[in-house]
Amino acid sequence: MQYSKKVLEHFANPHNVGFIENADGLGQVGNPVCGDVMKITIKVRDDRIEDIKFQTLGCGAAVATSSMVTDLAKGRTLDEAMKISRDDVANELEGLPPAKMHCSNLAADALREAIADYRRKQAAK
Amino acid sequence: MEAKDFIYMDHAATTPTDKRVVDAMLPYFSENFGNPATLYHIGMEADRATEAARVTVASAINAAPEEIFFTSGGTESDNWAIKGAAYALEKKGRHIVASAIEHHAVLETVEFMKKVGWDTTVVPVSKEGYVDPDAVAKALRSDTVVVSIMHANNEIGSIQPIMEIAKIAREKGVLFHTDAVQTVGKVPVDVKALGVDMLSASAHKFYGPKGVGFMYLRKGTRTTPFMHGGGQERNKRAGTHNVPGIIGMAKALELAPESFKDAQRLHDLAEMLWEGLSKAIPDIRRNSPSHDVLPGFLNIVIEGVEGEAMLLRLDSKGVGVSSGSACTTGSLEPSHVLLAIGLPAEVAHGSIRFTLGRENTEEHVKHVIGEFPGIVQILRQMSPTYRKDCRKQGGIG
Repeated sequence: MQYSKKVLEHFANPHNVGFIENADGLGQVGNPVCGDVMKITIKVRDDRIEDIKFQTLGCGAAVATSSMVTDLAKGRTLDEAMKISRDDVANELEGLPPAKMHCSNLAADALREAIADYRRKQAAK
Repeated sequence: MEAKDFIYMDHAATTPTDKRVVDAMLPYFSENFGNPATLYHIGMEADRATEAARVTVASAINAAPEEIFFTSGGTESDNWAIKGAAYALEKKGRHIVASAIEHHAVLETVEFMKKVGWDTTVVPVSKEGYVDPDAVAKALRSDTVVVSIMHANNEIGSIQPIMEIAKIAREKGVLFHTDAVQTVGKVPVDVKALGVDMLSASAHKFYGPKGVGFMYLRKGTRTTPFMHGGGQERNKRAGTHNVPGIIGMAKALELAPESFKDAQRLHDLAEMLWEGLSKAIPDIRRNSPSHDVLPGFLNIVIEGVEGEAMLLRLDSKGVGVSSGSACTTGSLEPSHVLLAIGLPAEVAHGSIRFTLGRENTEEHVKHVIGEFPGIVQILRQMSPTYRKDCRKQGGIG
C-alpha cells in the first residue's frame, strides 16, 4: 500500500489540530471499535466558518483527511462547506489507497455533522 | 534516509538476506542456470546442488532428505499440508482442527475446506496466547483427519506446546501439521523430538531469500500432490525447482546456529525495550508473553492511539515495525490473534509489534525508547478518545 506525498505531509504536520472551547458546532463520527473517531468543532461568524479544529483517533489517512477538510472548510460559507464531499477531500490529497476510501475518509461527514449541529442550535434559539 | 540508517524491527515479517546466502545463490542464476531435470552438465550440476541442499535442510531439522519437499514458501506449505491431508484421507473422515491464532495461510485454508464440505473446529487460546493441549484433545473426533497448530505465533511470539499436542494427535491416529514459519532457523527445531507428521517453513524468515520454503513430510504420511505437472519432488510438487532459492535457503539454514546463539541477546533487548517503554508511557500493555516466547518479540498496545499512525511516525524516525490494527490487516477487523487473546477491538487497534533480529543493537533499542513516547504523546493529544486528564505523560520533555 502506498500513501501519496500529500497524505504523508498532512499526517506528519496536520493543520488545525485541537478543540474549540464554546464551539458553535460540534460533529463526531466513527467508532473506537472500528479504530477511527473524528471530532470537529467550528466557530461561525456571518454564516462563514471562522475557525475549525479537529481531533482524530485513526490511521494516516484518517488524520490526513481530517487535516485537509479543515483546510478546505476554513473561511467558506456554511453552504459551501456543506458541499465538500469525501471525494473532494481524497482528490485534494492526490488520492487515497482504495482500502482507505471508505473506512478512513469520514472527515467530510464530521464537518457536515458540525454544521448541522450549529444550525440545530441556531434554530432552537 | 539511507537503508543502512534505517532501524529495522520487523523480522517476523521478513529478514534481510544474508550476504553469504546471496553469494551462494549467485552462481545459479546465469552460470549454472540449468534445469535440474535435464541431462547435460549444467543441468546435472543444478540437480546435484539441489539434492545437496535437501540434505542440508533435512539435517537442520533432524529429518531424512527424502522427507523434505521444496515449495514456494510458508503459505504454499500450509495450504498443501491441510488440503493434501484432507483429500488423501477423505474416506476416513472430513473434520479438521486448527487454533484460533493460526496464520491466515492456515485459517483461510481451513475456511476454504469448510466451504467445500469439510467440518472444522477452531480451538481457542489462553489470555497469554497458548493453545491448551486438552482443548485440542477435546476437539478430536473419530472423523478428524488433520490437526494444524503453529509452532510459534507470528504476532505475539508465543511458542506452543507442540510436543504434547502432537502426541495427543498421534495417539488418536490423526495427522499433525505445524506451521513452523516463525521458528525454523530462529530457534532449534527437531521434527522427531516434536513428533510432527508435517511441518512448514519459509526461507525469508531466517535471512534466506523470498519465494522459497519447504514442507517436511514424515515418511509414510498420506497426502495428495499439491501442484500437478512435470513430476518434480517425487511427483508430489511439480514445477521447475527454484534452484537459486533452494541453494540460498540451505545456506541460510547452515548459518542458523548463529541465530540460536544470538537468542538470549535478543530476549534481553526485547526486555529492555519493554522496560523502557512501560516506564515512559502510561496505559501501555504487553501482549507478548514473557516466557515461552520467540527471541526479540515484543507486541504491545497503547491505549487511545491507532497502530498505523504510530507505525508511520516511527518510520519517519527511522524505525520499521508493524501493527495489528485494522488499517494494516487490510480489513475492517483488527488482528484475529489479539482478539483471540481477549483484547477488545478498540484496544487491539492500538497494537505495535517489534520483532528484533541480528542487526539490532542496544543503541537501536535506546533510539526507540527515546523517540516512541513523544510519538504517543502527539497522537494522544490529537485523539478525541484518550482521557488525558487521568495521568500526566511521564518521561518526556
